[in-house]
Amino acid sequence: MSSCPERVIWRAAALLVLVCAPVFAADKYPGIGRAATPKELAAWDIDVRPDFLGLPKGSGSVAQGQTVWEAKCESCHGVFGESNQVFSPIVGGTTAEDVKTGRVARLTDVAYPGRTTLMKVATLSTLWDYINRAMPWNQPKSLSTDEVYAVLAYMLNLGNVVPDNFTLSDQTMAQAQSRMPNRNGMTTDHALWPGKELRVAAKPDVAAVACMRNCVDGPIVASALPDFARNQHGNLAEQNRPVGPQRGADTTLPEAKSGSKPVAAAAVASVAPPPPVAPAKAEGAGVDGKVALALATKLNCTACHGVTQKIVGPAFTDVARKHAGKVDYLSGKIKAGGAGVWGPIPMPPQTLSDAEARLLANWIGSGATR
Amino acid sequence: MKTNHLGAGRIRRAPEGFLSPEGVKTVFREARSGRRDFLRNAFAAAAAGAAVPAALAQSNPVPAAGGDSNILELPEHTRGLGQGVASEGYGRPSKFEANLQRRQSPGLTQTTQSSVSFAPMQSMFGIVTPSGLHFERHHQGWWDIDPSKHRLMVNGSAPGMVKTPKVFTVDEIMRLPSVSRFHFIECGANTGMEWGNVAVPTAQYSHGMLSCSEFTGVPLITLLEMAGADLRRGKFVLAEGADGSSMTRTIPLGQILSGEVLVAYGQNGEMLRPENGYPLRLVVPGVQGVSWVKYLRRIELGDKPYASKDEAVHYIDLLPGGQHRQYTSIQECKSVVTTPSGGQVLLDQGFHNITGLAWSGRGKVKKVDVSVDGGRNWRSARLETPVLSKCLTRFNIDWAWDGRAAIIQSRASDDTGYVQPSYRQLRAVRGTRSIYHNNAIQSWLVQENGEVKNVQLS
Repeated sequence: MSSCPERVIWRAAALLVLVCAPVFAADKYPGIGRAATPKELAAWDIDVRPDFLGLPKGSGSVAQGQTVWEAKCESCHGVFGESNQVFSPIVGGTTAEDVKTGRVARLTDVAYPGRTTLMKVATLSTLWDYINRAMPWNQPKSLSTDEVYAVLAYMLNLGNVVPDNFTLSDQTMAQAQSRMPNRNGMTTDHALWPGKELRVAAKPDVAAVACMRNCVDGPIVASALPDFARNQHGNLAEQNRPVGPQRGADTTLPEAKSGSKPVAAAAVASVAPPPPVAPAKAEGAGVDGKVALALATKLNCTACHGVTQKIVGPAFTDVARKHAGKVDYLSGKIKAGGAGVWGPIPMPPQTLSDAEARLLANWIGSGATR
Repeated sequence: MKTNHLGAGRIRRAPEGFLSPEGVKTVFREARSGRRDFLRNAFAAAAAGAAVPAALAQSNPVPAAGGDSNILELPEHTRGLGQGVASEGYGRPSKFEANLQRRQSPGLTQTTQSSVSFAPMQSMFGIVTPSGLHFERHHQGWWDIDPSKHRLMVNGSAPGMVKTPKVFTVDEIMRLPSVSRFHFIECGANTGMEWGNVAVPTAQYSHGMLSCSEFTGVPLITLLEMAGADLRRGKFVLAEGADGSSMTRTIPLGQILSGEVLVAYGQNGEMLRPENGYPLRLVVPGVQGVSWVKYLRRIELGDKPYASKDEAVHYIDLLPGGQHRQYTSIQECKSVVTTPSGGQVLLDQGFHNITGLAWSGRGKVKKVDVSVDGGRNWRSARLETPVLSKCLTRFNIDWAWDGRAAIIQSRASDDTGYVQPSYRQLRAVRGTRSIYHNNAIQSWLVQENGEVKNVQLS
């Protein structure tokens, strides 16, 4: 209660006058909440701020970082941080000149494809904090403090921000920060922050008026989806309610030309309920598909493999076609990892029991039915 | 105006009544198996047989038999015994509603755990999003967390920032006095694929990172006060999730002091859905969804902003000069017509109710204007009650479609006087590479053949 100064509170309390009672929130709700212990605070209070408040002691070299990178990061982020088209690339697009100026020149180039992490991020603390709390993607919070320093040193080295012999530590973070290529690239000069805590613009940047009559000349359509993209998002007839003032367009068919009656079919077809979206049953060679899929999900296999859809790795059904019934081979692959069978992106070795590996191999080898 | 499909082709509802019951069965069977020839022949015959002047054709005509078989032949549900109570312990929508699903936009993301699913805006009514259709955005996959093991910690960035760092159980949070409020939540990247050009076909994909619920919870300020927060030294709050990414965002203290930021556990009368943060999530009205941290485990009061990954690498808005705007948070005033909208086909000429949604992260929607001629002339729509602050507002306006091409737009204004801009106005200031905070006026082209297309105007 900022409107109720502490002095007043104490005086009021002394007089047992509860004018400012809401201030005593701690006393107002007796029996609710308890003090956090130092151990609990240490376990959860892991954030690191741009001024490095919260940064733990530790260090890691570029060379050590390469080892961590190759073991734990490369399968998703690529050998050189180019990210195998899975996630946004981390490294690239910055120059030695950017390291000097602190502004990434390529950001003004509309023709430059995409934006890498190093092109955008201004604060080194952001990367330390995020790697520490969220990476590797399928095993977050498994890196040691020194591994976080090391792998960040390696990333900065890939981007030519720090030299090959650099060791990143709580002592050298500020030095590396002073070389961040886009460190001067941020502004809060906008009206999209709801408060006065940051220095922001007073007024919105775009000022339109609500004209009502003869506002623009005859409209000209400047952009629309090309015909070849008509069915790209699936059949829109199956994405709209089958009753009401309109139907979804059947995008599996070419667009209706003048004189035809395109909707009638949709209207009649609507009387039959749409097919269920996810088939709920089916079995494969004694393996309960639900159990197997739940296990695959729990073990994060599904982060890279869809059942019927290629993601980073091949679809389980594609594996089934290629390696039908090869339970030993598949369970071995699951445990050992590998690369080259389905493309250059490696699958890291997986930590799971033999029984789990065989259950999954059995399921995949028998068709991966849900 | 794009007018590829000239001609006076009328769109008529399927004249099922013209067919014998046997024929109707065949139609259903054929329709299900995807064969259309029979349908075309049947409609051609039916249309020829009707022999009424086009101008009098009705989408709900009186069949030649003298009455609609749906009326004359009593259906089974009128003649039989229906199902008993509690046959579904947790009810679900009609099987005829199965088309309404959250959907991913093909090619947008490479994994499902760091991805988004879009709510079917084109098919919803009123302002409340059914919880099962609420859009999803996960950064490292979702979890169904045991509430008896979930904890919320309140601490400070430095000693003294809060007098006593505290730990609360979910039981304790739910014992505290609660409030229930309706608010919209919109992803900062909603409509983000459309900055440069049209990229998606329907309102689901263009505007579906938007939902609105009644949230129940405890004002965050209560918990901060219980920990003895120093509200003069503190300026910012870090909100942190318990999922793998331990999502963090910086929340302005001013908004917390006003009491509108909630630690919520309730959503539309039940607990939050796991996909939406069960058992606790932050509610930051008017601010982009990424700040509504799910699986909320920790609140830290500090004196400086945190530059977390989702406010320093992502959720930063690139400007034409190469600078990024950081800590952009408010979702500015915006609206979209949901019916008719892209990918739909109107059944007939004549009366249509144009309806849509409007919202503002700064307050209440004051006015919504609708144009059917591509922005030349506008009429003010009816705002349906309730009209609440930082909440979706439903609007409706009458329209008689004459069968000619039309471009439908809506333009909302809020109670701060801010008016939703056109693409031209927005791009003049922000270019086309911002990704986030696209609140431009949406245009839907209704073609003569009744099909509605997503378009952008020059």
